[in-house]
Amino acid sequence: MERYKPAPFERGFWTPGILVLFAVFFTGLFFVVARFVYGLGYVTNLSNSYPWGIWVGLDVAAGVALAAGGFFIAALAHLFGQRFYEPVVRPSLLTALLGYSFETLGTIMDLGRWQSAWHPIVFHQPESVLFNIGICTLMNIMILYLLFMPIVAERFGERISFLKILAWPVEKMLWLFLLIGLVTSFSHQAGLGSILLIAPTKLHQLWFTPLLPVLFLLSAIMVGFPMVVFETVIAANTFRRDSDIEILSSLGKLTIIPVAIYLGVKIWDLANRELLIQLLNGSGVSNAMLVEIIIGSFFPLVLLFFPQVHNNRKGLFIASTMIVLGVVINRVNVFLIGFTPPQATVTYFPSIGEVAVTAGFIAGIMLFYRLGVAWFPLLESRYYGEES
Amino acid sequence: MVFSRRQLLKATCVLGASTVIGNSSQANESQATNGQLGYACLVDLTVCIGCRKCEKACAEENKLPKPDTPYEDLTVFQENRPLDISSFTVINRFYPGRIDRQTGQPIPVFVKKQCMHCLDPVCVSACPVGAMTKKSNGAVHYNEDLCIGCRYCMIACPFEVPAYEYHLAMDPRVRKCTLCYSRLLKDGGTPACAAACPVEAITFGPRCQMCALAKEKIASQPARYVNHIYGEQEAGGTSWLYIAADPFAKMGFPTLDTYSPAALTRMIQTSLYENLQVPLLVSGAFLAMAGIIQGVKKTKKKPENEGEE
Repeated sequence: MERYKPAPFERGFWTPGILVLFAVFFTGLFFVVARFVYGLGYVTNLSNSYPWGIWVGLDVAAGVALAAGGFFIAALAHLFGQRFYEPVVRPSLLTALLGYSFETLGTIMDLGRWQSAWHPIVFHQPESVLFNIGICTLMNIMILYLLFMPIVAERFGERISFLKILAWPVEKMLWLFLLIGLVTSFSHQAGLGSILLIAPTKLHQLWFTPLLPVLFLLSAIMVGFPMVVFETVIAANTFRRDSDIEILSSLGKLTIIPVAIYLGVKIWDLANRELLIQLLNGSGVSNAMLVEIIIGSFFPLVLLFFPQVHNNRKGLFIASTMIVLGVVINRVNVFLIGFTPPQATVTYFPSIGEVAVTAGFIAGIMLFYRLGVAWFPLLESRYYGEES
Repeated sequence: MVFSRRQLLKATCVLGASTVIGNSSQANESQATNGQLGYACLVDLTVCIGCRKCEKACAEENKLPKPDTPYEDLTVFQENRPLDISSFTVINRFYPGRIDRQTGQPIPVFVKKQCMHCLDPVCVSACPVGAMTKKSNGAVHYNEDLCIGCRYCMIACPFEVPAYEYHLAMDPRVRKCTLCYSRLLKDGGTPACAAACPVEAITFGPRCQMCALAKEKIASQPARYVNHIYGEQEAGGTSWLYIAADPFAKMGFPTLDTYSPAALTRMIQTSLYENLQVPLLVSGAFLAMAGIIQGVKKTKKKPENEGEE
């Protein structure tokens, strides 16, 4: 195998797609400004019964699950020594970093007193699941930025020697940073599952199980590699470059085990609570749960067993997209569809502003990804040329 | 699954036992100390006439904005009103099903709603920065200087009480009944609503005495009341207690377990993170796994590339 050699991706930045992304991003930004000037109530449809909307349920809860892949692939390559996967590590780290950054921004925006966002660092309440998530996410994002330092130093270290000093401990003790990152990541993924267990009267019984933190952790693990496949294929298609099918295909095969485990635990849990038969009663929540199980884990599990799928870029992409979508649907199901306060006199449906901000964040991640690969040596340079 | 259920049961027993012990020991204590459970309000729903004087007194005490319809306007009962930033307490009318024998009309029951000031408050357990605290006098107190505005307390509250100032761009607050915290600090102070009630439907005093009073009332007039003190056990016990002639589930009261809904997450949090035991264990497992995998790899093929490139 040729030696892995990443380099900045230098090709025309301004394409029609980029212009669309900018438009979506600035529309979102407009509503972000409106939220800070006029308050949460002006932009969102939040109410006393539904204090959390899509900024929490979609941006934060689903976003965090999808961003976990970066850690897992980095740990696979550098902590567990599977150097074979190295070409996808750096771009995945970038998406993880962007995902966590925007998720943090989203959380701060959603806080009524955003200027007090630092309080959990000083005022501890360890019994709170949210405190746990906050601290772990903070550690995670710091580690992600540190992990990125060697890459930044590689590019700009000659000019700014301070970067080299920052990168040095990371390069020397990479395993330690990855270990802490992995454990804090596990911790807050599971934490997101515990968070609604405090409201047994509000979370629908289909999702209310003491195993919810376990299921959240398992699904975050399950979606890690598919997310890497998903973004690698998208990046390869947009940049009209090749991608390492061998790497993607072994990531696809590695995904089979966690999907099978997740699906098994999920079905076992429903059966154990005698709710399996309820899934077929045709109600909205039951159908939401069915969609989540069938699209998110059952279909992709079956698909990934076929060599035509896991050895084929398109097949891998479809299976991975389904898993990614399944996890997003699951988080939305738990935080929005399944969250039904019995005394509520209103319902919740996201406002235009909330949707615009969410769309703007996704566009922002894609824009910064494009900037990232242009500025930093992230993508494999072997595939840049037309010849490959 | 089975394990966690058993744990929950255990937690319930411990809580229940402590409540009982607390009550009996408090009976001998002086009124000044109030034991550990503080004060409580007992609402006799068979007495309340729905005059809304408590709503008015509450709004005045807490300097809440005047409502669109005056307090004397009783047409508000046509719909079930939730608590809001402009009303820390509301009276709602229910028809639980009893019929007046003379007129043949269903008998209305007026139910006062406000923060229940739980003994083991879920909001206190949820708050990531400790902005919610349970005070020794019984009040669940909100400290706006610590609050970050995450609204997890609102997610957590089983009574769906806290309201939020969504319309404020700067420093919005969580709003709820304070049990007239500042009035209680004065000697002999009672909550404004209890003081304002013209028919004495609300009795204020040490919680143990209020429980005893409720039991006494039910025992002396068993035909008048259902044999249930709402709040004695619900959600691990609350500092607002209710007695009534009808089943509470028919009057908008949520049916809750006898332990705090915070018990499950508390158990998860402490069993995982109390001494950071699980994160450390997982770290160890990862390291061991990494060591084994790296070791196997090294013995498989000759060491060609050492360390990090």
